[in-house]
Amino acid sequence: MKASQRRELEKTALEVRKDIVRMTGVSRAGHLDSSLSVVDILVYLYWKELKVKPDEPLWPERDRLVFSKDNASPALYAVLARRGFFEREELWNYRRLGAMLQGRPEQARTPGVDAPGGSRGMAIGIAKGLLLSSLMDGNGRRVFCVIGSEELQEGALWESVLRASAPGFEGLTVVVDSSVQPAAQTLVPGKGTTDRKRFEAFGWRVMEADGHNFDHLERALMRAPAEPGGFPLAILARTIPGKGVSSAEKGSLEKPGRPLDRNGMEQALRELELASDEMEEGVKP
Amino acid sequence: MRSTLSGFGQGLEKLGRVRNDVVVLHADMAGSGIVTPFASLFPERTVNCGASEQDMVTTAAGLALEGKKPIAVAPSAFLTARAFDQVRTCLAIPDLEVVLVGTHSGLSAGEDGAVHQMNQDVALMRSLPGMSILVPSDFETSSSVARPALEHPGPVYVRLGRDDVPDTGPFEESEMRIGGGRLLLEGDGVTLCACGIMVHEALKAARILSQQGINAEVIDCFCLKPLPSRLILSSLRRTGCCVVAEEHNTIGGLGEAVAALSASENPVPVRSVAVSDRYGQSGTPLELQEYYGLTFREVVGEAAQVWSMRRR
Repeated sequence: MKASQRRELEKTALEVRKDIVRMTGVSRAGHLDSSLSVVDILVYLYWKELKVKPDEPLWPERDRLVFSKDNASPALYAVLARRGFFEREELWNYRRLGAMLQGRPEQARTPGVDAPGGSRGMAIGIAKGLLLSSLMDGNGRRVFCVIGSEELQEGALWESVLRASAPGFEGLTVVVDSSVQPAAQTLVPGKGTTDRKRFEAFGWRVMEADGHNFDHLERALMRAPAEPGGFPLAILARTIPGKGVSSAEKGSLEKPGRPLDRNGMEQALRELELASDEMEEGVKP
Repeated sequence: MRSTLSGFGQGLEKLGRVRNDVVVLHADMAGSGIVTPFASLFPERTVNCGASEQDMVTTAAGLALEGKKPIAVAPSAFLTARAFDQVRTCLAIPDLEVVLVGTHSGLSAGEDGAVHQMNQDVALMRSLPGMSILVPSDFETSSSVARPALEHPGPVYVRLGRDDVPDTGPFEESEMRIGGGRLLLEGDGVTLCACGIMVHEALKAARILSQQGINAEVIDCFCLKPLPSRLILSSLRRTGCCVVAEEHNTIGGLGEAVAALSASENPVPVRSVAVSDRYGQSGTPLELQEYYGLTFREVVGEAAQVWSMRRR
């Protein structure tokens, strides 16, 4: 990837992060840390990988994306708004009564959302259906899933992983946002690399990547989709909860699900502004 | 004597011939009377999802999102209970056009015992806003179900039994619709509302009641949700009392639905003939029907009771 391209993506990701801080702060709801961890994955997908038309959200030939990372819908919404699927103003009504942006994504309400999301462990099954439909119509579409690593604990997810190893599902790519909380690491034995073995046991191809590094993501996604007759691809993307906002990164949020208070929000925005300024200065010389 | 299962299979095959967007998903039910006729003609539109009911339901949701017309078939115990979360989250809340077909419902799983005898499926599906429920009573009604279920703008649950059942009377295909029911017998003594195998028992009960001087009106409530309210209410106005018979738990089924309708619109005595909040056990379906009190005899007994309390 060219340095200029990378810089553009990084700038976009910073702007998305600011919007996430604002929307969770304004609505006093939504998980900041799990939203921030998945930002770079979504930015890469929506600006580099996915074939979509923001002014025509239901364009039949688009790539599909099923997003089911629980608690992280602010990231998806901020990305969709910045990509032009709907007005950024909608972000400030997130989770309000009657809002377009519900606590969990709803395809009937929000342009750019392809499938109901937010319930753990169901995205890969839905993605299978999206792919099956295109197979029956004789066009090989691509379907992407973005899920949270905590979903790998859901039994129903593995039903879908097993069923997707049947022929025909090579167009499926699942990006796992692996931002494992320290507590979960001790509670669930064999996290991390065993995820690779689990997917491989079902025949899937697996790539590991730094989920905050656009070059890594590019390299991993170059392998999607497989040759005809191949297996789906799982990308295990290591991420940091709260990435970009130090108070959230350190896990010093009082409660992970609790949004920042007014002071915390202003502090987080200052930090992100500073990062933007540094990036601008870095370009000058 | 033919099963509702094979009736639905016949209707499905007919539908497959005229619509190329129908996709049948099933949980390892190849070779059964419900899947085989369609699958042998349209293998490219048949997907065996294996014993993965939860994945089957989410896959059906994906197909529906792309405009396909998925029909997902599995034993009702696993389709409605095991995959309930997926049905609720991926089909009912997004209001997707998917037809769920639960087979081996009620006591018809017989010898398999309590786990497979599903008498809670209607209660589960009724509790979901937007979910419609169809329970055909014989081969003919069942063969007419597929089309209206598939054309309905929203999720539909179809409840089928395993064994052969007697025909309940002549039926026009066009009569089958969401929100519909059929008046099988007219009378002004007592209203007998029934669905599934209990329609046949209600008809038998009506014959005995007429010998006792009570003219029973028999309604086949093949659509449990939304109820054929006008049909039921106009009957209650004439008879002033009602017995509801169903092969389901007393809680959450047709009985409660009719009682609630009556309570709010025209309060009359309503009694229920159903499985009285118990689980099943192994036995032949006919033995179980006797054991759990789901025969014409119970319908006659309850009818005599409500008749003496009738309010007109």
